[in-house]
Amino acid sequence: MPVLARLLLRQILLLVVVALAVFLLMKASPVDPVDAYLGPAIAHASPEQKAQIAAAWGLDRPAKEQFLAWAGHVLTGDLGFSTTYNAPVAQVMADRIGASLALTGLAWLLSGIMGFGLGLVAAAVQGSWLDRGIRIYCYVLASTPTFWLAMLMLMLFSVRLGWTPVCCAGPVGVPQDEVDFLARLHHLVLPLAALTLFGVAQIALHTRVKLIEVLQSDYVLLARAQGAGRVDIVLRHGIRNAALPALTALMAASGEIFGGSILAEQVFAWPGLGRATVEAGMKGDVPLLLAIAMLSAVIVSSANMIADRLSRRIDPRMGVA
Amino acid sequence: MLTIRDLSVGFRRYRGLFRHEETSRLSGLNLTLDAGEVLAVIGGSGAGKSLLAHAILGLLPPNAVLRGKLAFRGQALNPVYPPALRGRKIALIPQQVSHLDPLARTGAQMSWAARRSGSAADTTARLAALGLPPQVAQLFPDQLSGGMARRVLLAMAEAGAPDLLIADEPTAGLDPENRDAVLRMLGEHARRGAGILLITHDLKSVLPIADRVAILDEGRMRGIEFPRNFTGRGAELTSSYARDLWRALPENGFLTDA
Repeated sequence: MPVLARLLLRQILLLVVVALAVFLLMKASPVDPVDAYLGPAIAHASPEQKAQIAAAWGLDRPAKEQFLAWAGHVLTGDLGFSTTYNAPVAQVMADRIGASLALTGLAWLLSGIMGFGLGLVAAAVQGSWLDRGIRIYCYVLASTPTFWLAMLMLMLFSVRLGWTPVCCAGPVGVPQDEVDFLARLHHLVLPLAALTLFGVAQIALHTRVKLIEVLQSDYVLLARAQGAGRVDIVLRHGIRNAALPALTALMAASGEIFGGSILAEQVFAWPGLGRATVEAGMKGDVPLLLAIAMLSAVIVSSANMIADRLSRRIDPRMGVA
Repeated sequence: MLTIRDLSVGFRRYRGLFRHEETSRLSGLNLTLDAGEVLAVIGGSGAGKSLLAHAILGLLPPNAVLRGKLAFRGQALNPVYPPALRGRKIALIPQQVSHLDPLARTGAQMSWAARRSGSAADTTARLAALGLPPQVAQLFPDQLSGGMARRVLLAMAEAGAPDLLIADEPTAGLDPENRDAVLRMLGEHARRGAGILLITHDLKSVLPIADRVAILDEGRMRGIEFPRNFTGRGAELTSSYARDLWRALPENGFLTDA
């Protein structure tokens, strides 16, 4: 399996680079982990006590030694200890990954399906008012920051109309494992809608342009000469030929949706990895931030790799490398 | 069967915001094609040959302006193209392999063509009739050779047993053997009563099967000749353009009067 080995090696190299970059950035940041950890209690802590905490965390050693120690632990499967949540990093991630996957994964899937559908419709009726409407929607959404959209939706649906909860993944004060499915869904709707609406724009525009190109192709001309109608052409030739670019755009958008989820989770106080990222960044929690950065790097690069492999399988002209 | 009266095709394009201009690509064309007849339309690139084919099929782009009268069996083809004609009564044999969907298998495309023309999708039998093995149905268009692709396109056009076949450069890029095979199949169709509009730039190869030869240049008809008159120095040819064209062929000495 030389291909698989090469891909794996590339993945590992990418992870090393990402980890090193995040580590160096955190070391260069002005946030002092000990100060951030102590919070208001800093007034009662003496410089000696702070130095003691720093020594216990290994922060008094050179940066190079810190990184290598962390890397050594990661290789044995130990992701380290999160000072923000006072729990092992693996535990913190495990607690939050479910909520994050539910939100991000669903948003990604829905935006793919809706974007592809909207793109197909827009291209099929190119130049009509429907096409213009879809395009304007996409341009507006593509130039709207997620967190701003999230805040607007929160103001409208939660504060003014009262249809959806204001925050969190369940009612406040109720432990997460006691929240029933309907309540979960109720809390999920708004963040999911915000992230999905944001993701739709790109996929729809990509699909639209590709289908317009397909509709002007020689093979569609022949299909029309054979008496095929618009629906026949879009179903048989359009979807087939527009699916690959849409899939590639969707896989590439996984990074953006992941990034968008950090902001959306912050606005909706969603207890996922996105919010943990912000917390970790604010408190200088290097092990947690490194673990999240590496996870997102794995997800985004795998998604792109899958798109790459899939296109070679689906399109006979690409050949199998 | 097919009557074309004073056909002109132009393209409208905008200059600035409000003014638009029209560029004429075909003008004052008159043609008739009878059942069982092979009418060859000869012309260089840009003469408007493919445009003529698209006009007969009603497949001109939206910015095209069509004037004159087109009729198929007494039924007007313009301004509104009648339904259930394309693929069933009038079929197109296109020029290049790019007219096959690159992501669909040959067999699937052949059965789509059959279904669109309202006939049974008997792909294997159709392939056999063209001398192709059934495995061809599993191939993608990029895996077909030029000759195979041309035969597949021919099979797709024949699916609905059309009365009028429009062949747009069906022999371009083929070796003499495949070229003659394709021309022979078109000739057989004509003998069974179909009208064939054979568009090509290769005058010599179509002379054996053509009943008449129309010469198109820069969007204008330069004369309609009988194939038997393309002989010797072309003294029998009625138009001077046809005579010049004939004499300019390499076999006839590259003669130019100028």
